[in-house]
Amino acid sequence: MEPIIIEGTPKTPTVHFDSGAGVFKLEGRSIPENSVEFYKPLVDWLDKYKESPLPKTTVEVKLEYFNTSSSKCILDVFKKLEIIHKARNDVEIKWYYEEDDEDMLEAGEDYESIIRVPFEMIETAD
Amino acid sequence: MSLNVENYFRNLLTDDVIFSYKGDISSEVINLILDSVERQTKEANDPSKIRKKVYNVLVESLQNLYHHADPVPGDFEDQGSRRFGMIVVNRNSSGYNITTCNFVKKNKVKQLADKLDKINKSSIQEIKEFYKFILHHQKITPKGGGGLGLVDIARKTGNELDYQFLDYNKEYAFFRLSIDINSLQDN
Repeated sequence: MEPIIIEGTPKTPTVHFDSGAGVFKLEGRSIPENSVEFYKPLVDWLDKYKESPLPKTTVEVKLEYFNTSSSKCILDVFKKLEIIHKARNDVEIKWYYEEDDEDMLEAGEDYESIIRVPFEMIETAD
Repeated sequence: MSLNVENYFRNLLTDDVIFSYKGDISSEVINLILDSVERQTKEANDPSKIRKKVYNVLVESLQNLYHHADPVPGDFEDQGSRRFGMIVVNRNSSGYNITTCNFVKKNKVKQLADKLDKINKSSIQEIKEFYKFILHHQKITPKGGGGLGLVDIARKTGNELDYQFLDYNKEYAFFRLSIDINSLQDN
């Protein structure tokens, strides 16, 4: 599968979805006006990836900011991971948040309560 | 006599204003506003927790204008703005205040007021549950948000959303939303 590598911009995150690497990354800021446009290719890619996933898929989410328009799209990404996990594959979501950023920690906990995939909450220095 | 928007804007400009803008709310304008206010919150040396809340609320406020502001009334002076909005950011010792204004068709006023009243009557715990419910159960709208913006603002600030609908003409109201972000958060 062709990887998806997208450089970050002030409004959209850096994306590294590479089935050769086993660790997928979503990093930076996700605050576009039209999030569906940005996330649709990622959701479509995962839809294909789920047909023959790696034995273990780790997704690292290191977002500094995300808007409510992105929040549903991120949930859609996680729903695809949930399907992969349900099919008895190892999946883990590492949710990074900066020290003192309780809002980002709570956002991760919201997803953890909705999506049946193991989450790890990881605090990072400011 | 209908509301004079220019005077109304001028009256919002007190000594505490660190940023103000009136005009078309395009994606590019949003970028410039975010950059300017982010720079100022950094220069003011506010704790990162407050800076992040201000940034988040600003993003949601501006994108609410971008997605939901109705086209300007036919008799309004600024016909060039596709999405007309006003934004004023204040900073003082108690924290930040972000005020936005935009035109709303009168037939939408009740729905918006009901939503704001519902949020304002809810406890912070209820707001968190409400947020999760919308996130989980509502379909993505073409705008992408599914109506989470106001709930998110209330959740992140822990404050009531102060608002007012001013009479503009028979068809339009002028909507003001005013959000406080306390400098010392304890929620």
